[in-house]
Amino acid sequence: MTGAIGELGPAAPVAAADAPPPPSTRRERGWGRSVRRAGWFAASVVLVCALWEAYKLVGSPDGGSLFGVRVLPRADDASMPHVWEVLRRFGRPESSAADSSPVVVGVLEAVWFTFRVAMAGLLLGVLVGLLLGVVMQRYAVAERGLLPYVVLSQTVPLIALAPLVVGWAGRLHIGELTWRPWMSVAVIAAYLAFFPMAVGALRGLRSPPAYAVELMLSYSASYRQSLLRLRLPAAVPYLIPALRLAAAAAIVGAIVAEISTGTRGGIGRLVIEYSREATSDPAKVYTAFLGAAALGLLVAGLVALLDHALSRYQPVRGS
Amino acid sequence: MIAPSAGPPAAVELSGVDKVFPGGRGRPEVRALVGVDLTVAAGDLVTFIGPSGCGKSTLLRLIADLTGPSAGTVRVNGKPARQARLDQDYGIAFQQAGLMDWRTVVRNVELPLELHGWDRARRRDRALELLELVGLSDFAGAYPAELSGGMQQRVAIARALAIGPKLLLMDEPFGALDEMTRERLQVELARIARETEATVVFVTHSISEAVYLSDRVVVMSSRPGRVTTVVDVRLGERTEDTRESPDFFAKVTEVREALRGRATVWAAEER
Repeated sequence: MTGAIGELGPAAPVAAADAPPPPSTRRERGWGRSVRRAGWFAASVVLVCALWEAYKLVGSPDGGSLFGVRVLPRADDASMPHVWEVLRRFGRPESSAADSSPVVVGVLEAVWFTFRVAMAGLLLGVLVGLLLGVVMQRYAVAERGLLPYVVLSQTVPLIALAPLVVGWAGRLHIGELTWRPWMSVAVIAAYLAFFPMAVGALRGLRSPPAYAVELMLSYSASYRQSLLRLRLPAAVPYLIPALRLAAAAAIVGAIVAEISTGTRGGIGRLVIEYSREATSDPAKVYTAFLGAAALGLLVAGLVALLDHALSRYQPVRGS
Repeated sequence: MIAPSAGPPAAVELSGVDKVFPGGRGRPEVRALVGVDLTVAAGDLVTFIGPSGCGKSTLLRLIADLTGPSAGTVRVNGKPARQARLDQDYGIAFQQAGLMDWRTVVRNVELPLELHGWDRARRRDRALELLELVGLSDFAGAYPAELSGGMQQRVAIARALAIGPKLLLMDEPFGALDEMTRERLQVELARIARETEATVVFVTHSISEAVYLSDRVVVMSSRPGRVTTVVDVRLGERTEDTRESPDFFAKVTEVREALRGRATVWAAEER
């Protein structure tokens, strides 16, 4: 080997023309971003509370009407209780009964119930959605046959679906398993959650470029190997947003299904129960609303954690 | 054309190969390759050169068994191309480095070994050895996004070499790189080919790249794609000075003339 080649051997320096990208384009992995985001969120909560109170100060107690149509809400205490009224209501007993526990306990129990049901539904929906995505990616025939029904499934109104599920599944006995009302709710939640997952999985599994697929072919990799090593990791940037949609759909599905199937114990039912007292105890309704919002935040937070854990599978942000 | 010797099987043997892409929906059928007969001797570095659409990449993909011929036979290391692919007789690199962004550099090089069931320690050793060969030992733990285009391409070459193939197939691997990086990687490839004693089949549309690297340059023309001439180069040991030698320029001219279609005249004078 001559000197010229030797110089360009293993220790070859990197020429300026081919320098690595600057570190700023590297993935931002730290917790700094998360903390900053949480800070902005807290500030936005404060802002919303401030706007609420400000409107109560300036708004008319009868609301604002335009050509007989009310466009601004009533600002009186029955319609818009003070923020501190609502917060204080959390601590007071649920009813006038002697052994009544504080509202916060009732709300948290309901949130926990709906959370578990929605998670069960989300899990089922994610599994079904992923499976459909995998099958549709692998078999073009399956995609042509299934995709129209997947899309069609979402046009069935939830309200029409709920009694069907209850009526059909309620009589179901599989061995030791007896059907419980919460299972119907979870199934309905799953029905809404599977759709974004199926569509996201299909797009994500298809995202690897032709040369990446051919590379796996050149290694004579099995279908399973290229699914696990190439397609699934490449699908993560599509699956996370899909999961975010699916989680939101599962919660909405669970809450609405609780109401339309008449299932007791969840936050959806609680909103209805508390609404009956809206005129006499307006702050109480809002505690249920806040509970539902907290449930949404909890689930969104869990998805964000997963997003963070899978950040290395996602393209570089920023720059 | 060099006839296959009686000894070890030729690295690549194509005979009477046609490749037709069927038309349909208003598109005419495309005769990508017609009547290709070609033999690549073991240990040679052969480049395919020709205008866009001459089927040079298709020819490489046929050898790799990423697509099948419409007629004729493709044999690699004395066996059908498909068997050679299943036996992992070749390593391949494309114009896009095609690294997996979620794997570190060393884990990218390990990928083919992982797929073939090498145990962790053994494949790590092998991958580090290859990264040293391509001069990227310091970047083993980095992610592809932290590397330049030239460095990514070197990782792709290391990955193609991972299973220790006798045949290295390269489809315009330096096509997306700047000229400086390109020339440096050519020097490295020549060295790697010599050190690993691998046969290399290299697709390019750069005349100087083809002449600098090759033992033989296969000149192709388009519509339909076919092999027009094979130019013997063999500049011997290649250094940076090779690029300025009279022999180099003579061969560049010869390949250029062949591409322009005066192939037969030149070939006759050579013999």
